[in-house]
Amino acid sequence: MTRPHDMGGRFGDGPVTPEAEEVRFHADWHPRALALTLASGSLGLWNIDTSRHAREALAPKDYARFAYYEKWIAALADLLVAKGALSRAELAEGRAMGNSDLAAKRLPASAVAAVLAKGGPATRGGGPAATFTPGDRVTVRAHAENMVVAGGHTRLPAYLAGHTGVILRHHGTHVLPDSAAHGQGEAPEPLYAVAFRAADLWAHPEHAGDEVVADLWQSYLTRA
Amino acid sequence: MGGIYARMRAGASGPLGDWTIVRHAAHDPAMPHDHHDHPHSLLPSDPALRVKALETILTQKGLVDPAALDEIIDTYENRIGPKNGAHVVARAWSDAAFRAALLADADPVLAEMGYYGRQGEHMVVVENTGDVHNMVVCTLCSCYPWPLLGIPPGWYKSDAYRARAVREPRKVLSEFGVTLPQDTSVRVWDSTAEVRYLVLPQRPAGTDGMDEAALMDLVTRDSMIGCGLAVAP
Repeated sequence: MTRPHDMGGRFGDGPVTPEAEEVRFHADWHPRALALTLASGSLGLWNIDTSRHAREALAPKDYARFAYYEKWIAALADLLVAKGALSRAELAEGRAMGNSDLAAKRLPASAVAAVLAKGGPATRGGGPAATFTPGDRVTVRAHAENMVVAGGHTRLPAYLAGHTGVILRHHGTHVLPDSAAHGQGEAPEPLYAVAFRAADLWAHPEHAGDEVVADLWQSYLTRA
Repeated sequence: MGGIYARMRAGASGPLGDWTIVRHAAHDPAMPHDHHDHPHSLLPSDPALRVKALETILTQKGLVDPAALDEIIDTYENRIGPKNGAHVVARAWSDAAFRAALLADADPVLAEMGYYGRQGEHMVVVENTGDVHNMVVCTLCSCYPWPLLGIPPGWYKSDAYRARAVREPRKVLSEFGVTLPQDTSVRVWDSTAEVRYLVLPQRPAGTDGMDEAALMDLVTRDSMIGCGLAVAP
């Protein structure tokens, strides 16, 4: 486990607290943080994998103590500076210093509905051929880490590393986050839903017949 | 960007208490790095003030249109929510051919109903039966089918749910008041890629003859995440 966001299977978090469907946000600044993040994303300076990595790269103690949207806004500020859209001086002073060439890419209110409806598919043409088919047994690589960038982004949870499961379905060819998060190209690969037995994953499984399914890229897997 | 920029900032947690000197190197990294001086720490530490400050700077800079923020908020506060998913479920309960098409390849079916968009580009619908109970989590962040369910509830994004749903789903279900028979197996879907999952809950008994609109009222948000059951009429 390399980053604090990777918490599947962790002990000690206490009960889950259900809440009414009518509750959308818990403070006025939450929807504002969500909207600022989405609107800033339209500037086109980063992709979804880059923005996830920015949240994961928060210091572990900050990741643990920050509220959900606090992580978003902190990562957004970090990304805007890293990509040159804002300066540290602007953050520190709380005001703009000079104009930005990026203003031409600002998301206008009139385009919001269309942008949200359009989405951003992760499937791509090309890439390597699928080497697994449903029913194949596969083993997940031993390290739940980015294999190219030390401490880099990956979507392989630590609790699955080294385990063997069965291919349930092939989702087509998807952008590889481990590459796309770091500006190294989309490197699309076949993506699979892989089923694991709870009895294999956990020392003390709740129920022998239960399963966990995760979506894993071909390069995360070898034939078992 | 030359030289060392140092500034006193207020309200941050640091070894010196409320006032800490923040320094950074001459070059901004291409990506946020593992430095102790992340740029975000230059903003006010109170999250409400931090959001306000960032919105102010981005607006002044011409990078964000406050009216666009209002529009985004209105979309997820008032327009896109679990009613969309309930519509899909009620139709699947009412129409066998629709249900079969939805389970076989959800994307074209949902697109035709207008339920496509951000965070719902690649949908898979999984069906609960007497043999299998499906439940959805994102252990790594908070992936969720926005066009069908809206913004995820607080508990879905909580550490407790993300940590525990994969290891002890039955205990988590019990916290929602759900107890499954021992001969029903649980299948937990961890949304680790851009595929989003919607659970098709079991149709409650005693609903024969109910039309789609009446059935929709029985479909709860939690039942479409797999943390609840559809309610009996």
